[in-house]
Amino acid sequence: MTDNPPTANDARRSSARPPGLAATVGALLGKDLLVELRTLESVPGMSLFAVSTFVVFHFALNQNTVSGDEAAGILWVTLLFAAMLGVNRLFVADAEQGGFDGFLLAPVDRSAMLVAKALALLAYLIVLELVAVPAFGLLLLGSPLGQALPGLLAVLALADVGIAVIGTLIAALAVRTRARDLLGPLLALPLLVPVVIGGARASSPLLSIVHPGGLQLRWLGTLGLYDLVFGLIAYAVFDFLLED
Amino acid sequence: MIELDGLVRRYGEREVLSDVSLSLAGGQTLVVFGCNGAGKTTLLRVLATLLRPHAGEVEVLGCRLPDDAWQVRGRIGLLGHEPLLYRELTPRENLRFHARLHGVGTERVEELLAAVGLVDRAGEPLKTLSRGMVQRVAICRAVLHDPELLLLDEPWVSLDPAARELAWPLIGAGTGPDGRRTRVISSHDPGGGLAEADLVLGLRGGRVALLREAGSVDPSEITELYR
Amino acid sequence: MPIGRGLRTLSISTVAAMGVALGLVFFYAPIEAEEGFLQKIFYLHVPLAIVSLCGFVLGGLMAIAHLRTRDQRWDLRSYVTIHMSLILGVVVLLTGAIWARGSWGHWWVWSEPTLVSFLIVMLLYATYQPLRFAIEDPERQARYASVFAITAGAFVPMNFLAVRLSSSYLHPRVLGSSSNLPPPMALTFGVSLGAMALLFATLCSYELAAKRTRILLKSSSRILGYR
Repeated sequence: MTDNPPTANDARRSSARPPGLAATVGALLGKDLLVELRTLESVPGMSLFAVSTFVVFHFALNQNTVSGDEAAGILWVTLLFAAMLGVNRLFVADAEQGGFDGFLLAPVDRSAMLVAKALALLAYLIVLELVAVPAFGLLLLGSPLGQALPGLLAVLALADVGIAVIGTLIAALAVRTRARDLLGPLLALPLLVPVVIGGARASSPLLSIVHPGGLQLRWLGTLGLYDLVFGLIAYAVFDFLLED
Repeated sequence: MIELDGLVRRYGEREVLSDVSLSLAGGQTLVVFGCNGAGKTTLLRVLATLLRPHAGEVEVLGCRLPDDAWQVRGRIGLLGHEPLLYRELTPRENLRFHARLHGVGTERVEELLAAVGLVDRAGEPLKTLSRGMVQRVAICRAVLHDPELLLLDEPWVSLDPAARELAWPLIGAGTGPDGRRTRVISSHDPGGGLAEADLVLGLRGGRVALLREAGSVDPSEITELYR
Repeated sequence: MPIGRGLRTLSISTVAAMGVALGLVFFYAPIEAEEGFLQKIFYLHVPLAIVSLCGFVLGGLMAIAHLRTRDQRWDLRSYVTIHMSLILGVVVLLTGAIWARGSWGHWWVWSEPTLVSFLIVMLLYATYQPLRFAIEDPERQARYASVFAITAGAFVPMNFLAVRLSSSYLHPRVLGSSSNLPPPMALTFGVSLGAMALLFATLCSYELAAKRTRILLKSSSRILGYR
């Protein structure tokens, strides 16, 4: 160290402390939500897509109302495909503009990007469902939505975490390849089949008129296990996608 | 400050950097010349810890890469061809984001915006700014955390003379902590580049074609590299 | 290690094992009461399925080794293993369809959870090669492929669990009750499984040898200047 009196640079350098994981996640998430609010690239498209899909289903199935297995199926397929739209856009701004480089140059824990992006996708999914689920209740659902809601929310919460984790992992995998818009859904859909199974089987009794049932724990357990397993795997492998 | 010994970086089977060795002391400026594809940008990116060396020894700021890369990251600044900024966000938002990533306070952001003369445009989305202005913001981003080592990939290219004057105190020679910031600059301008350099590196096909102190190098030798 | 070492021994033992297995299937194993002669396809379909699934998981484990050691050879092994499992998987689906057609009159049935899970796994792994070919940088291609292989490898058991849970009823079949097979069938099944495993290992070794030879040839011709 020098004997000179501390300059402004020295003071700045010593006060600059690399942010911890939470602070980094906060910075990234804030940036992503800000960009999304400015561009409105993902969320309105996803929501509109879901509502349009319900209308398409009405004509495709030639039915005014659905319930039980059918209702669960339509809801989950629509949510899944709408989620794919969000997944496709998740890393595009970073790959094209801000660049992963800007993040990679910072003295931060790189897993923060996985957490931040998954949280962002989760936020988009929640907004999507705030639009899609009532729309579904209005347009297609034969049974009353109100009484299904508490159970449905629990199922959606667990499933959303799984979709967010796998969606983020696959989005990061696909974004720096050719044909990224095609590869993303192609990779994600088979991986998300267990989520569809858990989500649809759990929702079906809730949405039934004839034999309304309660929430079955085995499906919540499946979803929870899925979230845990893939959450851990995503955390372990994500760094390898960022580096060069 | 920088010690390279037999650095190799491959792309598939092709060696983009082949057996590059050099030694740069703290506070000095290394200028790298070479035609496009000679490996200049790759070299800068390896030094920036963005690319792992495939063979050879790399030591930057006393830390070995890639094992200790995490230790040096906060002490290196990179100004590449891409500004690494988000077009939808304003200069202020972009810089504040990077400040948060580096643990630097927001006063520094304001300070830098004033230094490059962009305070009045700091609240407009980046996509409305000219290329020169974007480059100025990128310069702010590169020096935001006051790095000990500055890596500049053709920094003067998109700056007009007025902007160049504004940028010089930030990225020119003799800046940084105690006026002793180490710099590695890639350049296509023999005259200007030599003027800035303490050490000159000429790359041809990823190999070292020229490595000497700036004083002993003639501009014609630089132009030879481009044949 | 010289390329192709042990290939001859492996091939001979595979041919021998397959011979024994086929002999047992056709001449030793009793004809099943319900399904008749067609049931014998079970001795091909199920062992291949088991070997194929193990191959996928093994590919994932090799991918972990690749990411940890950064040794490209692990990536080659992982690629070959997954590739071979995919090919066997197609045979599994075909024999499953034939079996379904013979047993229930339909080319596809949803009531067999193992077959259904297998279809989903195959749909996932069918994207492995498109993914690889969509990435140009060879090092990044290997790395991304390994990330995929690990995720997909973990997916295999998870998927089986989920699909099995969702089956409203388990169709009573030989597969489901493989633990209480009568001894002659159990023996035939075991030998068949062993033969299929050897077949898999041999095919993988051949493909590995072919790929290594090609790599060697390419780098030799480059060194000698033929390109």
